[in-house]
Amino acid sequence: MNFDFSEEQTMIKDSVARFVRDEYDIDTRRKIIDSEEGISRDFWNTFAELGWLSVPFAEEYGGFGGTVEDLVAVMEELGKGIVVEPYVSTVVMFGGLLSASNNSALKEAVIPTVIDGSCMGSFAFSERQSRYELADVATTAVACDGGFRLDGEKTVVINGGSANKFVVSARTSGGQFDHQGVSLFLVDASAAGVSVKSYKTMDGQRAATVTLANVVVAEDQLLNAVGEGMDLVDQVMPSMLMALSAEALGIMATLNSITVGYSKTRQQFGSPIGSFQVLQHRMVDTFMSCEQAKSMLYRSLCQANDCAADASADTGEFMKSVHALKVTMAKAGKQIGEEAIQMHGGIGLTDELNIGHFVKRLMTINVTLGDRDFHQKKFNQLSYSAS
Amino acid sequence: MDINFSAEDLAFRDEVRDFFATEFDAETAQNLSGVQTASYKPAIVSWQKKLHAKGWIAPGWPTEYGGTGWSATQKFIYETERGAAGIPDVVPFGLKMVAPVIFTFGTEEQKARFLPSILSSDDWWCQGYSEPGAGSDLAALTTSAEYAGDNYLVNGAKIWTTFAQYADWIFCLVRTTKDMRKQQGISFLLIDMKTPGITVKPIVTIDGKHSLNEVHFENVLVPRDNLIGEQDKGWTYAKALLAHERTGMAEVADSKRMLRTLKQRATEEVNGGQAMINDPVFQLRLSDIEMELMALEYTELRVFASMAGGGMPGPESSLLKIKGTEISQAIHELQLQLAGSYGGALQGSLTGEELGHDYAGEARGKYMYGRAATIYGGSNEVQRNVIAKAVLGL
Repeated sequence: MNFDFSEEQTMIKDSVARFVRDEYDIDTRRKIIDSEEGISRDFWNTFAELGWLSVPFAEEYGGFGGTVEDLVAVMEELGKGIVVEPYVSTVVMFGGLLSASNNSALKEAVIPTVIDGSCMGSFAFSERQSRYELADVATTAVACDGGFRLDGEKTVVINGGSANKFVVSARTSGGQFDHQGVSLFLVDASAAGVSVKSYKTMDGQRAATVTLANVVVAEDQLLNAVGEGMDLVDQVMPSMLMALSAEALGIMATLNSITVGYSKTRQQFGSPIGSFQVLQHRMVDTFMSCEQAKSMLYRSLCQANDCAADASADTGEFMKSVHALKVTMAKAGKQIGEEAIQMHGGIGLTDELNIGHFVKRLMTINVTLGDRDFHQKKFNQLSYSAS
Repeated sequence: MDINFSAEDLAFRDEVRDFFATEFDAETAQNLSGVQTASYKPAIVSWQKKLHAKGWIAPGWPTEYGGTGWSATQKFIYETERGAAGIPDVVPFGLKMVAPVIFTFGTEEQKARFLPSILSSDDWWCQGYSEPGAGSDLAALTTSAEYAGDNYLVNGAKIWTTFAQYADWIFCLVRTTKDMRKQQGISFLLIDMKTPGITVKPIVTIDGKHSLNEVHFENVLVPRDNLIGEQDKGWTYAKALLAHERTGMAEVADSKRMLRTLKQRATEEVNGGQAMINDPVFQLRLSDIEMELMALEYTELRVFASMAGGGMPGPESSLLKIKGTEISQAIHELQLQLAGSYGGALQGSLTGEELGHDYAGEARGKYMYGRAATIYGGSNEVQRNVIAKAVLGL
């Protein structure tokens, strides 16, 4: 039994940590956010050169051949710098779906361009009415000359403004909520009928509303067979949730360390405020929440490894852990974020201090791919309703 | 990352599991269910003697004194299997508390004199630490031991002494020198409970039961040979023991078993014709606890893995104690809630059948006495002080 990252994972983790420490301070980040595109293409190219964009892809496509554990190692460090470059949307989500797809021609064509940094991507799944239910798809895909004609609107498409390509979920059959009948298409951002309206989100990132009007997509752009899109989504979802949780963990550990450090220097009533027991116990509580959250992430990782190694492993238990992980991150994130602001006092409310920016990213992670209540309900269904 | 045990360790797990399944019978379980009953002491002693005969009574001891020689992993597996099977831990005061102090700091003569009867469960020990004026602030203790001739003359009172009514011996922290800093001047003394001048007074707790006591000392003569280590250095020995005590307090396996029972009962309890397990509000309360426990299980494994790798249980053990006790209290609370109005019914001479409910009394008892878990072994507030200082550097 061990809970250590491998030597290879430690190397990549250290390389991300060095980048965040040496090149990604809060002022650099602020300049990037205020730029027109809201991300740094230079840094993205650096990520490509350092091999970070290749992590989840198979070696036959030029990838690193990594597992979700490798992704977690990268994401935790990116979280410590609240890096806004679209690693989650391009590598974890778009890349994750692509990587798990069974369309090898498509993979051969696209994956190398993700790895070399020339293609950014995003998974366009959300719709006005869908909230967190990914199978609630009203966007339609109807067979036509040349493939399928897509019509509909996708909302809160993460990094949609910078993406060259989208993976779009569209309904090829069934009713609006049916799990079966959803298909995933690779759609070019420059295709006729695609319009992208980009906006800023509170965490310093960007999202977009993507409208599809009579967009014709060739059949060979399907990620899986027609109607089997949700199977692919379900397969990749645990990795997406674990990667996001690792980012949250990096943020929470950073917030705790900044807050404890501040409490040792901030003087009130003639003493550092960290000498007051009422604050000490609250900082112990946030420390414990962070440790518990880390344990839940490691639990999910160990079970993911077991499921990958052995087809007969208990995937039900694994899914329970993954839902519990997202809930745990949301609870701990809220507590740690709010306590960081409270213990800093007035300065914690300022835009100038980094605290608030970490908190806003945690809040965004909570509502990405299902919030606390959504996942707790899923957990309860898996755990209790059957009995 | 890898959570799996080796084939060898799995074989050991099966051996432990089989032993518990065959040797811990229903009658033993029944006799051990209430500490206040006359059957408790003979039942636990007889169970401990079975473990002794098997050679498994003292996993924490060095082999030369009767320890098992198990690896850290085997010890962990043993404790996990014990909790999962619902088998009570050995009475800790002799085997887990005073014995490590004796074999670490005692003389050869003391080891030969005390360890064998602890190992065989022929002597029952209790712990004389807390006093009416020294609870969380243990070093404020005032029970005095004046050196006179070859003896110490002990005067004072100890309180919250679990099972003093059964004990043959008590290990005490006593003040031997008054004008030193309060952690100094304390000594570690072993006292025969049959010595004249000792009185034990029962304390009935809010679950209506008697396991706690006051122990009064009036001019009690204790031979100098019963002093552990050096006079005035007892605090150091006691501190070494406290860290030992805290590591065993996460009780994850016990909590997992209680949670399983709770879920089973929630399928049988109904409200408006619906099983409580299907009630969405009840489900939320249940999953809040279950998820904390899932995380704690891995926190415990992380601490264990670092110990197995040669590390020492550090201040993380305080985290295990805080979270472990909070979770077990939360399970007790939900168990009592599930019992509904029956939770308040004192069964008395009625059977469960006559009362209309079978586990309510047990649930209430566990909830009431379970409040102790966040107080004893260093209150959870003291544990937070420990983490603030040792981990956060505050």
